Amino acid sequence: MQWDFLLVQSLSGLASASSLFVIASGLTIVFGVTRIVNFAHGSFYMLGAYIAVTVVPWLLEIDRSPWLFFVGVLVSALAVGALGVLMEMLLLRRIYRVPELFQLLATFGVVLIVQDLVLLVWGPVDIPGPRAPGLRHGVVILDQRFPAYELFLIAVGPAVLGLLWLLMHRTRFGVLIRAATQDREMVGALGVNQAMLFTGTLFLGAALAGLGGALQIPRVSANSQMDLSIITEAFVVTVIGGMGSVPGAFIAALLIGQLQAFGVLIFPKITLVLVFLLMAVVLVIKPWGLLGKPEAAAGRVVLPEGILDPRPLDRAGKMLAALGLAAVLALPLLDAYAVKVGTEVLILALAAFSLNFLVGNGGIVSFGHAAYFGLGAYGAGLLVVKAGLPMEPALLAAPIAGGAFAALFGFFVVRLSGIYLAMLTLAFAQIAYAVVFQWVEVTGGDNGLVGVWPSRWAASREVYHYLVAAVTVAAIILLRRVIHAPFGATLRAARDSAQRADAIGVDVRTHRWLGFTLAGAAAGLAGGLYAFSKGSIDPTLLGIPMSVDFLSMLLLGGIQSVLGPVAGTAAFHAAKDFFMPLTDHWRLFLGLSIIAMVLVFPRGLAGAWDTLRRRRA
Amino acid sequence: MTLLSAEGLTKRFGGVLAAKDVSFGLEGGEMLAIIGPNGAGKSTTFNMVGGQLRPDAGRVTLAGQDITGMPPRAVCRMGVGRTFQVAQTFLSFSVIGNVQMALIAHHGQTRMLLPDAMAMHQDAALALLERVGMAAQADRPIGELAYGDVKRVELAIALAAAPRLLLMDEPTAGMAPAERSALMALVAGIARAERIGVLFTEHDMDAVFAHADRILVLVRGEIIARGTPEEVRADPEVQRVYLGHSGTRAAERARRAHG
Amino acid sequence: MSRFALSRRALGAAALLPLARPAFAQNAPIRIGELNSYSRMAAFAVPYRNAMQQAQDAVNAAGGVMGGRRIEFVFRDDGSTPGDAVRVAEELLTRENVAFLAGTFLSNVGLAVADFANQRKRLFLATEPLTDALTMAQGNRYTWRLRPSTFMQTRMLVEAIRGRNVRRWAIVAPNYEYGQSAAANFKRLLPAAIPGAEIVAEQFPALGRVDAGATVGALGQARPDGIFNVLFGADLTAFVREGNTRGLFERRTVVSLLTGEPEYMIPLGEETPEGWIVTGYPWEQVTGMPTHQAFVDGYRARFNDTPRKGSLLGYVTVQVIANLLNKANTLDNEALVDALRDLRTDTVVGPVTMRGIDQQGTMGTWVGETTLRGRQGAMRNIRYADGADYMFSEEEVRAARRT
Repeated sequence: MQWDFLLVQSLSGLASASSLFVIASGLTIVFGVTRIVNFAHGSFYMLGAYIAVTVVPWLLEIDRSPWLFFVGVLVSALAVGALGVLMEMLLLRRIYRVPELFQLLATFGVVLIVQDLVLLVWGPVDIPGPRAPGLRHGVVILDQRFPAYELFLIAVGPAVLGLLWLLMHRTRFGVLIRAATQDREMVGALGVNQAMLFTGTLFLGAALAGLGGALQIPRVSANSQMDLSIITEAFVVTVIGGMGSVPGAFIAALLIGQLQAFGVLIFPKITLVLVFLLMAVVLVIKPWGLLGKPEAAAGRVVLPEGILDPRPLDRAGKMLAALGLAAVLALPLLDAYAVKVGTEVLILALAAFSLNFLVGNGGIVSFGHAAYFGLGAYGAGLLVVKAGLPMEPALLAAPIAGGAFAALFGFFVVRLSGIYLAMLTLAFAQIAYAVVFQWVEVTGGDNGLVGVWPSRWAASREVYHYLVAAVTVAAIILLRRVIHAPFGATLRAARDSAQRADAIGVDVRTHRWLGFTLAGAAAGLAGGLYAFSKGSIDPTLLGIPMSVDFLSMLLLGGIQSVLGPVAGTAAFHAAKDFFMPLTDHWRLFLGLSIIAMVLVFPRGLAGAWDTLRRRRA
Repeated sequence: MTLLSAEGLTKRFGGVLAAKDVSFGLEGGEMLAIIGPNGAGKSTTFNMVGGQLRPDAGRVTLAGQDITGMPPRAVCRMGVGRTFQVAQTFLSFSVIGNVQMALIAHHGQTRMLLPDAMAMHQDAALALLERVGMAAQADRPIGELAYGDVKRVELAIALAAAPRLLLMDEPTAGMAPAERSALMALVAGIARAERIGVLFTEHDMDAVFAHADRILVLVRGEIIARGTPEEVRADPEVQRVYLGHSGTRAAERARRAHG
Repeated sequence: MSRFALSRRALGAAALLPLARPAFAQNAPIRIGELNSYSRMAAFAVPYRNAMQQAQDAVNAAGGVMGGRRIEFVFRDDGSTPGDAVRVAEELLTRENVAFLAGTFLSNVGLAVADFANQRKRLFLATEPLTDALTMAQGNRYTWRLRPSTFMQTRMLVEAIRGRNVRRWAIVAPNYEYGQSAAANFKRLLPAAIPGAEIVAEQFPALGRVDAGATVGALGQARPDGIFNVLFGADLTAFVREGNTRGLFERRTVVSLLTGEPEYMIPLGEETPEGWIVTGYPWEQVTGMPTHQAFVDGYRARFNDTPRKGSLLGYVTVQVIANLLNKANTLDNEALVDALRDLRTDTVVGPVTMRGIDQQGTMGTWVGETTLRGRQGAMRNIRYADGADYMFSEEEVRAARRT
């Protein structure tokens, strides 16, 4: 290979890196100050692009000057910043005191809403933006032609970095941002107007995302899938750099840009998984990212988020559980389709319950729980399709597959904590997804495999429903038992204070690893049941949207109670099933419902139930 | 045999020498205090004994067995209980639940999957709470307790492992003065009655001079004096670099009180 | 029809009750379940649904089917995942009492619904999924497809370059089944069309996340004479822009799947490259299809928009279904499947036959070259490639469907 080519390829990498950095810097600042994992950041990016393809052509009608182009880009960024302020004031401000995970769920609700609003406002057709006047041409560098606009982009990254540095070190607002990033409580103690600080931070973060989106319009058309395509990568950059570290994000973006540019030369299919591989490697070696710092909260004494008091069910609770069980058993008497939905709710409830075993009970937040669900489905499905085994042994293989991979990935995962742990679970899930997606000969690739149907005796909807009911209810009861048993209590103890657990002789890491494996096995079992209910397996079972669904179900139900996730699953699935046939814009309504739930029941359905009962008492 | 013996413990952080050649011994039933100004290396020394830090050089032995560099959970299983500067308890558990959890860990039952954890070791837990005077509060959530009471529960948790040695990092930090002496008296009583060795660091000179059998004075990572409270108090070097006027006064007060 | 069209279920209270209904009343409409990615793939699916409604109204206005019964499509979003789609299919069958199923967009969704249909022994007329597996390796008695498959469209393009002196080829395709199998088909068909041709580079960017600069750089470095492109949508726009600026397409033959379809051509706008050989739908240039113009006029008048490829497909789908119902004159699914075998329908694109051996329709598509007219892309030198000429050979079908 020639040097000139390598240089130009490297410049391509720099241009991508620069764009990625602009977006990720906003995400990392918002996280640093508010500690909110803002899923809606990708939506701001998308809005930046859409506003820019609306505003910029209008400005260019007046005069085709480069200056007006950049005025348009800046106006778009500021407009998105204003939307960020709107989100902060209308939504986030009301939920700073609710557990962090609920904030995440609320921002996910915003993602769903923005997706549909964009379709409503701008329509479904991709909108190409104008090229930047004066930067339309290619510049010849060592015999290779390179877009002038990308040279400009390469300069934008360092410029934004420099401006952010000035902001952080030369203004009071910036100093406060840095202080809050280092120690959030301290800023509160200093008597700083926290609301103003947070509003300002959201403005800055959203504006940076909007800027990133607006700057893309000469390269890509504005389209309604931009949000999700960028958000994972922005998170990866943020995590690799160290959450809250702007220079870290810069280094991470450079790394990713170069790896992508040269990676595709050697492995043309690598882009699917490259960033996640890098994130996994970085986190295994540096548990807080390249420039991140360990969470300062280690010595602090705060009430944990999660199951607080796994007391046995009281009478009302028992009645509710019995009622639920009766409904499950009576479904086949009602309506054939209700049986189908009921079966799915049961399966997903087991998955959500197993996730809460980690999140609520163990304080181990997994963003990639669908991996074990999906691997369980594949474990069972492959045995049926490839080895010709019947359903019964294949179902046995499902928890084994889920558990085995959970043990493998969990070995690394439990070495981390907090958001980094969550992101590593995501990385492993994406790696598993990529393998399943790419290994066409065995897994059928993204088409998946079909023909995973139950044995003849269980083929009818009703019989399969009862089979699922028996298995899932037994598994949930068993897991619930484990929560009350010493093993569950130990995980809870380690969540409350790892230091104390260590000092009473508990090997925290090993217990977490075993817990992770157990939850993975339970999710795998659910996955196996799911495969047989659908007749097919495909990579979406392992995907991020599936993991997010599980988290949503869990949070809707409430992580603080043992059986809340089961209620949450029923509510979430029912809501989705209700809105989907109703309108194309079901995501809008689902998002609104999620936000309404977070605002009205910040502790989930189970929390609301609890409050209700206490008020009565 | 000496219960705890530290020989030549040394630890560097970057270029800073946090502990240099620290050696001491401790017998069962004895209370040994490590004092010194901020940054003198107290916590470093303490954490090298407890397993949180691995020394660059030197050796820690417990009843003749080398425990140097063992992780805290292993040190615990050797019979070492520990309390922290900021009390570390299981906030989502009740008072008795905290002690039950410690007993479950002590009996190696943490991996049991079926029995109800909160039905286990109830009597033993209650007995431990009795010893620290917290039995009446057994069923309250620990988050509701006053801080001094939390410290007592933490002591019960540490005792659940039937320790030969207690490591207490600033046991009275954050407590009201009246609570402090009560807690230290409780610790001293238990230590002497059960022949448990207690190694503690402390800022409160009243507590140190009233309850320690022997005192180590650390300054800039080095031991500059050691001995009984009287000997340390009389040491001119200690007075100059550390105790100063107020320290001497505290020592006087303590001597009078125990007169 | 409003996008917020309420279904019976929206009325809520009835949600859990069995819907007793005189389903076989003589004049009750025939309900057909149509599931597609109306939400996620709205650019394609909404024009598709529009045309289906247009066609449904036309059929009903002309007296309906089976001696006077109206047809009624029940539209549902398929959630764009196999899991959701199978549940929706179940809902359509059990709660909406549809006679059979049609639709789906993504290949994995299409395959899952196909297998579900096989399990439930219901007819499934797949419209958009392009994967060859649907009618080949994973084909089943109940699953039929109307639209030309990946193989057929690739073959049309390879025919278009037969005998050209373009030997070094680079492939760029989205990294999923459609892209991979298009690339595999191209590699398979190329040597027969251009003896001595070789593939010198392949790039498979992740769908929707093309890193255009790096991809264009990598392709250019291989110095190909020709490029086979399978990218579409937002990836295509980014790729074309980057390639235009860097001169990737200069003095090179570019062959590109689907790029001439309005869905993908409109967003390209003034960036539309000159002279790419593409499959597409140049609706304003179609000649020799007597009823096509009426369809276009009707569509434009009713929806105030130009037709897309999806619109055409939706319209033809309804025409085939109406013909099928008339011929079978029953809603028994076994009889319907038998009636579909080699069913010939006169549609707005001419006669379409549902070939019995692989259950693939002979609907074709247009092949031509891209060009820029004003600030919009268009096609020139077009011809309609009848699907019947580009199907898999019968031996291949037999080999694939035996396993």
